[in-house]
This record gives sequence, C-alpha cells and structure tokens, in this order.
Amino acid sequence: MAEVAVSPQRNAISRLWNDKESRSVIIQIITISLVFAFLAYIIHNAVVNLQAIGKGFSYNFLWQPSSYDINQHLIEYNSRSTHFRAMLVGILNTILVAICGIVLASIVGFVLGVLRLSKNWIVNRLAYCYIEYVRNVPVLLHILLVHGLIVHAFPVPRQAISIGDLTFMTNRGIFSPKPLYEPLFLVVVVLFLLGLAFMWWFRRYAQKVQDETGQHYPVFWIGLGAIVGVPLVSFFLLGSPITWDVPELKGFNFTGGMVVRPEFIALLLALSLYTAAFIGEIVRAGILGVYYGQTEASYALGINRGRSLSLVVIPQALRIIVPPLTSQYLNLMKNSSLAVAIGYMDIVATIGGISLNQTGREMECMIIVLALYLVMSLIISMIMNWYNKRIKLVER
Amino acid sequence: MEQSAYKPGEHPNLPPPSNTVGPIAWVRANLISSPTNIVLTVLSIWFLYEIIPATLEWAFMDAAFTGESRDECRAKAGGACWAFIGERFNLFTYGFYPADERWRIDLAFVLLCVALLPVLWDRCPFRKYGLYFACAFPFISGWLLLGGFGLMPVDTDEFGGFMLTLVIGVTGITFSLPIGIILALGRQSDMPIVRVFSIWFIEFFRGVPLITLLFVASTMLNYFLPTGTTFDLLLRVLIMVTLFASAYMAEVIRGGLQALPRGQYEAADSMGLKYWTSMRLIILPQALKISIPGIVNTFIGLYKDTTLVIIIGLLDPLGVGRSSLADTKWTGLSNEMYLFVAIFFFISCFGMSRYSLYLEKKLATGYER
Repeated sequence: MAEVAVSPQRNAISRLWNDKESRSVIIQIITISLVFAFLAYIIHNAVVNLQAIGKGFSYNFLWQPSSYDINQHLIEYNSRSTHFRAMLVGILNTILVAICGIVLASIVGFVLGVLRLSKNWIVNRLAYCYIEYVRNVPVLLHILLVHGLIVHAFPVPRQAISIGDLTFMTNRGIFSPKPLYEPLFLVVVVLFLLGLAFMWWFRRYAQKVQDETGQHYPVFWIGLGAIVGVPLVSFFLLGSPITWDVPELKGFNFTGGMVVRPEFIALLLALSLYTAAFIGEIVRAGILGVYYGQTEASYALGINRGRSLSLVVIPQALRIIVPPLTSQYLNLMKNSSLAVAIGYMDIVATIGGISLNQTGREMECMIIVLALYLVMSLIISMIMNWYNKRIKLVER
Repeated sequence: MEQSAYKPGEHPNLPPPSNTVGPIAWVRANLISSPTNIVLTVLSIWFLYEIIPATLEWAFMDAAFTGESRDECRAKAGGACWAFIGERFNLFTYGFYPADERWRIDLAFVLLCVALLPVLWDRCPFRKYGLYFACAFPFISGWLLLGGFGLMPVDTDEFGGFMLTLVIGVTGITFSLPIGIILALGRQSDMPIVRVFSIWFIEFFRGVPLITLLFVASTMLNYFLPTGTTFDLLLRVLIMVTLFASAYMAEVIRGGLQALPRGQYEAADSMGLKYWTSMRLIILPQALKISIPGIVNTFIGLYKDTTLVIIIGLLDPLGVGRSSLADTKWTGLSNEMYLFVAIFFFISCFGMSRYSLYLEKKLATGYER
C-alpha cells in the first residue's frame, strides 16, 4: 500500500495531495469554488452597477413600440410595432440569409470541389486561385467589397436595367413582379404537397420491390411527374390562378412588386462565395479520401461511371465531408452577423443594435442575442449530427 | 536485323513515343482530352481573356500613381488611383500613432521578425537565446508600443492600421494556443467538474459569433467590473478575441488528442510518469504535431477576424480605409482601398498556410512506412 511508503514526517495534506483520488477531488473543489466565486463577483458587480445608475433588470421594454423602420421584413412590421416584433423580424432575416447562403454555398462549393479535381489544367488552376484568394482574405472585406460593387455598379432607379419590363435591376435592389394568389391556387399547393408525400412513399415502395424482385421502377421520372407535372397541369387547367403585381417607377423609386435589397444580395453573395471556397476544399478532400480501389471495384462489377459515383464513391465521401461541412454551415450562420456592417437588419442589427441603443438595455439585449445564436448553432448541429448518423458506416 | 546485335537485357532505352511527351502531348492530355474538357478549356480561356487584360489595364497601364485628389487622378488616367493609397500609406500602417514616435512601431516590427526567426526556423543560430528573446518579446513590444518607463506614453485609442491588426493577431495567437491546450486537456480530463466547465466554455464561445462577443466587450463588460473601474477597449477586445480563438483551438487540439492511439496514454502511465510529465513529454508533442493544419487554420481565422473590430469603432486597415473614403478628396475609391487591404491579408495568411505545409512535411515522421 502507498501509505506504507509515506514517511512519518509527511503531514496529512501532502498525503491527500499525493493520492490520485483525493487530489482529483481537491482540484475539482478548488475549480468549482473559483468559478462560482468569479460568477458571484461579476453578478454582484452587475447588480451594484445597475442599481447605481438606477436601471433594473427587466424585459418590459420588449413590449414598447420600437419606433424604427426595417426595410426588409418577412412579417408585418412598422415603426409602431414592438421591440419584440423587431426581434422576430431580425431572427427571420438572419434565418433567411443563413438558409439561402447554405444552399448556395453548398452548390457552388460542390462545383468548386469537382473543378479542383478536374484533370483539365486551366480549370484546376482557376479553381485553385479562386479558393486561395477567397480563403485568405477576411470575410468582412468580401462583404463590404461586394456591397460596394453592387451599389456602385447598378444604376439609379430612373435608369434601371430592365429585363422585359418586368424585372428591374437598380442600386436600390432588384424589383420583380410579385405573385398575388387567388383562392384556387390552394389546390395547386395541396397537389404539390400530396406529390411530395406520394414520392416519399413511392421511393420506399420501389426500393422494397427492387430488393425483393429485382424489378426497377423509373423513380426519378415518376417523382418528377408527381411533384412538378401534376401541380403544373392543374395550375393551367384551373386557368392560372395567379396575378402578377408588376413594379412601377413612381418618382425616384419603384413601387409594387417584390424587391430584393442590395444588402441582402451583397451579404448572400459574399457569405456563400466565401464559404463555398472552404466547402470546395472539403469536398475535394472527401472525394480524394475514398480509396481508388473502390471505384475500380465498382467498374469491375460492371457498374457504369455515373452509378459508381452515386452509389459507391459519394456515399463514402459524404462520411468524410459531413463533419467539417457542419462547422462551415455554422460559420456561415455566425458570419451572417456581419450584416450589421452593411445595414442588413438581422438579429445583431435589430435587437442587438437599434433596440439596444434606443432603450439602453445593453445587458438584456446582449443576453437575448447570445442566446439566440446559441440556439441556432445547436439546431444546425443537431440536424447535421442526425444526418451524419444516418449516413454513417454501420459497423458491427 | 540490327536489333539482334544486342544481347538480352542490354537493349538501350528507347525514347518514349513522340505522342506521349512534349507540349503537344501535354495539351492533349490536360486540355482537350474529351468534349467536356474542350468546352471547359475554351470557357476558361475566354474568361481569362475577359478578366486579365481589363484588370491589368485598370491596375497598371491606365492607373494614376501620383496626384493630390481623386479628380486629379481621373484627369490623368481612367483606371485605378493609387495616389490615394500612397498619400494615406502612413495612416494605413500606423493609424493615428504620434508621428514622432513611429520609430517605436518600426522597431517593434523588426523585433517581431527577430523573435519569430528562432520560433519558425529550427536551425537558426543561437536558437536557445532566440527563444528566450521570443518569450520576452511580448513584454518588450508592449513597452515599446504603450510607452511609459522613459518613453512617451501613447493611448491605445491612437493604435490603428496594420499595426493594430498585428497587435491583435500576435497577441491572440500567442495566448490562444496555451489556453486552448489547457481547455482541450480539461475537456479530456477524468475529473467531471473540470470537464463540464471546459465543455461549457468551449461550446459557448463556439456557439456565438465573434461580433456579438465584441459588442459584449464594448457595451456591457463595464457592468461586470467594480464601480468606477475603466477598462481599456483594446484590452477588452484582446481578451475576447483570445478567448474566442482558444475555444476553437481547444477543439482542434482535442482532435489531435483523440487521434493518438490509446497505447500512447497507457505506455506513458506504465512508465510511471505523472499526468503533466506524460502530457509534456509524450502526448502533447504527438497530438500537436497531428493538429498543426488545424492550429494554423485557427491562427489564420483569428488573423482575418481582427477586421471585425471596425464594427465597434477601432480603426484597423479596413476602418482606416473607410474613414479615408469619407474624405471628399478621395471619395469613391473603394475598389483601390479594398484591393490594397486584401493584398495585405492575402500575403500574411497565404504565408502562414505555406509555412504550415512546410512544417507538416518536415515533421511527417509518423506511422507511415
């Protein structure tokens, strides 16, 4: 036993310290007390400071009118709406740019990764130069640059670039016709949803039949017919139940129609092109990570090129790609907070910016902002972890 | 028959068939091997033809390198107006640092290079003393930049430009690595409480954008300090940037720790090494080696993220540029400014990534045979 070796001069404390178990308990007690002491200290300071300037800690301000305008709102909003509603608008704007960005970045990134693997020397080098340039320059600079280019390169509304007199490109945004739905349009939507549900069932059914009998259904074409074809035919049979609200030039700007703001375009382009460079490298690494023997084996089995890619290489590459891809999606979502630099009204610009400055509730607003981002990060990680688990190699 | 004169095995090597070597064969194999490839090649060449001459024209041939204002530039040439960068170069480099004291920044920069030499180059002469100097460098440069003790004190409000980028970048890089190592070890620890706190810390900092942390630093950090304490804004930013980067660093290093075979940990234990000794001598050298690419990526990310400080009002190169554009003399020259700043960042970050490749190659003694 260890105690035997301990000389009698050693006191009890050193004996406790030299025992692995008790030492770990001591360290943990010290850690926990230090952390709590620190937390207690800063909370105490905060309470004292807030009292000194006569500010309580309360979220009542959320229900007061915000009295500022937000130029892009997906839900009803005006300057008489509450700060809470402004926050919702901000959240939706962040989610909008994050989702659009993730989709666009994935597509461009995948293309870049494939181009980077191309045997064509010029294409390969071009993709390499693009990726290296984009990855080594700060994303904020990209955002400001793209925003500047859009604002400077597009004309003022009076000299708008017109596409068939329906869509107008100006430095105040892209104005396009807005669809106004008539009640009958609901039928088309329902048919579309039914098509999706049918497709979901049919794919499983076709897989089952193929597993049992080897009979192969043209799943893709039937799916296309169910999801796109049927709703489209019904749309025309019902007599196109949509009218278009075309934008018109009135005074110095366009009215009516839909508008995509230059801030949104700039942020979306900059974020997705920036993230796409990282995704391109991830995709390339993933595809290179699949041992070439796998491709050769599938050729030896008589599987053609396209199917061996989609059935053999890509499923294995995805296992390598998905974890780093998740962190790129998270980065894109977090980088969307840089919107504040160009005036796109996201979470940071609404509740963490104007609302904060107007009400002076720094603590409350920042807590909301931090909590919102944490929740969104958590949701993206959860979705990607679920996906990762689904495509994971089933091991014994 | 001539060939039969050779004995078996003594036949001289014939040159490869002429259609497999030389530039024409290379073009055939790499540029026009299939219809898709031909289309891609043509498209790329067309793209380059559209882009390169126009860019060169704008940046060099049709550019104005001297002039007092934008209008003077425009009168001379239709392209870029580099006179703007030339006139504001000192502002871009030193920010608002007092002009008479700028030698201190130059000296600190030279010392930075001297300090980096032994760290980056393992066959540097007098490397041991060089490393001692590198350890002392943060304090020396802090004294040089801030002043005091015989030098004129300079307020951190006057920091700006590339010098501010370097201050934040170097400080963040220096401190985020050790903090990241400790957090990674904490997350792998057997002690549940230490582990839980490490996880909370890492996940919190990784879950929120840096910009919100900077807002916290600039707006509400004062609430958490005793009444009446003021806290330098740059210092607050430095702390936030360092903590943010160290959370990412911790995850990168955890990857390295987990990639080590379990046997390495067990071998260290069976040698009777204590925790810290085994970490220092056996685990960390291997784990850090594995995680070099990730570590350097985190450094590059941190270095690029220093630009975010403009949003809370510090003037890094982008901030200096944007405020210079507000000057009516130079308004509208944003492309020149962004390009200039982009080149600065590209050189530093590309250099870092090249160095990491070199380091990886040099240290690749691993398990491959």
